[in-house]
Amino acid sequence: MGRFLAGRILATIPVLVVVATVVFLLLRLAPGDPAAILAGDAASPEQIAAIRARLGLDEPPLTQFLEWIGRLLRGDLGTSIISNQPVTKLIGERIEPTLALATTTILFAIAVAVPLGVVAAWRHGSWIDRAVMAFSVIGFSIPIFVLGYLLIFGFAMELRWLPVQGYTSIREGFLPFITRLVLPTLTLSVIYIALIARITRASVLETLGEDYVRTARAKGVGERSVLSRHALRNAAVPIVSVIGIGIALLISGVVVTESVFNLPGLGRLTVDAVLARDYPVIQGVTLLFAFLYVLINLGIDVAYTLLDPRIRY
Amino acid sequence: MSATGASDAALPPPPARRRLPRALTNPSVIVGLVVLGIVLVAALAAPLLWTVDPTFLRPRFRLRPPSDVAWLGTDQFGRDVYSRVIYGAQISLFVGFAVATIAVIIGTLIGVVAGYFRMLDMIVMRVMDGIMAIPAILLAIAMVTLSGAGIVTVIVAIVIPEIPRVARLVRSVVLTVREEPYVEAAIGVGTPLPKVLWRHVLPNTIAPLIVQATYICGAAILTEAILSFLGAGIPTETPSWGNIMAEGRQSFQIAPWVILFPGLCVAATVLAINIMGDGLRDTLDPRLARRLGNVG
Repeated sequence: MGRFLAGRILATIPVLVVVATVVFLLLRLAPGDPAAILAGDAASPEQIAAIRARLGLDEPPLTQFLEWIGRLLRGDLGTSIISNQPVTKLIGERIEPTLALATTTILFAIAVAVPLGVVAAWRHGSWIDRAVMAFSVIGFSIPIFVLGYLLIFGFAMELRWLPVQGYTSIREGFLPFITRLVLPTLTLSVIYIALIARITRASVLETLGEDYVRTARAKGVGERSVLSRHALRNAAVPIVSVIGIGIALLISGVVVTESVFNLPGLGRLTVDAVLARDYPVIQGVTLLFAFLYVLINLGIDVAYTLLDPRIRY
Repeated sequence: MSATGASDAALPPPPARRRLPRALTNPSVIVGLVVLGIVLVAALAAPLLWTVDPTFLRPRFRLRPPSDVAWLGTDQFGRDVYSRVIYGAQISLFVGFAVATIAVIIGTLIGVVAGYFRMLDMIVMRVMDGIMAIPAILLAIAMVTLSGAGIVTVIVAIVIPEIPRVARLVRSVVLTVREEPYVEAAIGVGTPLPKVLWRHVLPNTIAPLIVQATYICGAAILTEAILSFLGAGIPTETPSWGNIMAEGRQSFQIAPWVILFPGLCVAATVLAINIMGDGLRDTLDPRLARRLGNVG
């Protein structure tokens, strides 16, 4: 198993290299003159040349690439064109709301989706199964920001139960922190719940047909225990993998949700950078999220190799 | 008919050709097709559907709620939301169809190459893994920021993250099919490789590709709306569903209809496409459907 783990960890290196290369090439292969586009319509040739120099586009491509990789290895994500601050510093200032929203969303989504999926599989073909399946199709079809505005409209404006927008750090008290995260969490969770519930239902449905489930039932094990100990536990690997793969959906959703609810996180940082044409910031956040995604999925793979006694290499 | 016609007739028809008529009787497929058909007709017949110029500004009629005059109300510049939503359908459907078509074509080429030429497989699939690791919205945002807003840029930006999914799917089909006796037989009697791929391998990818293309089309419509909403999409002058909603943001608290109606249109269209995709999957791709617990 040590060899498997080492192999699995080593296999992420080419993926990270490809991610870094693709992001590097985006700027270099963009049609037209990206420096001119980033400088804006009213820019003088000097301003355009300055931006080109800032982005290192004057250097020969190979030098650019080696410098790019070298900087990444030192943890340098570049410098903002607008604020002249290192991108890592900007990310550090904005990461807290994003982490808070991602954490509440992951916890809430798992807590809702896994039981829903299990019950849907258990009562296969019943109204509750149909409802869960309908929810998961609808969840994939509603634009996340429309859902956000609907929730704001219903719960914050009409019912006035929750604040409309904004963020309060957990350091200023748990209650104000969490009340401002309820609607963003609900918004962001829907698509994630749809995904996890669907896979949970499918894989539990499969394990419920296994002989050991029939044996357990035959020897009189209670349904609750059959579902949790026999069916769900054996269905865990695909569920856990999809939770990891779904992080990609979550990352895209974070950008949108933060804009709707005015949360000053990494998503807002990116959207503000789009409006200001601050490419190094967009590039830095993109790289950070892609690396996180790869590493989280590596972590999940390693975790279930260690936890699941059936997976042995 | 060529001389090989007789031997062709003896072979069972390719799976997709046999299952496609059955797919068209699946209730989900019918519901999806009907809704999608309505949106398509509305988009194509936009000038005939009692619309006005979707970009016509009437500052005196700003932010009016839905009424007899403006069925879905007006936006902050007094433009008619109904007309904008109908014309917006043209953009959304075009983006959806274009992305699905291009992604399937490029993804299939890459998938066939990876599945058939083992030496390239490693490299190609690692590149695909890398692209898949980059969050699609962020990749698209970066591309649109660099190349400027435009419908072509948006389409390219949505296509690129979808390519790896198609390539993986096609590759897995190719890997299975190339072990089939009839493919080995075809190679054994000296059929040239392009013909083997075209006659024996590609037909097996059609059914899963139709299913995949449907989902890509739905996802592309959603992504376009999100990109335009974030200000990294189609130029703001064009009334796409995403742009209409983006412009409705400031006035949301007093004029929610500007966001609500295009939002409902996006949701209904994408829902129809996804329901159709599920129906197609259940009939065309029984293996995948069974794995998801939909059949049997």
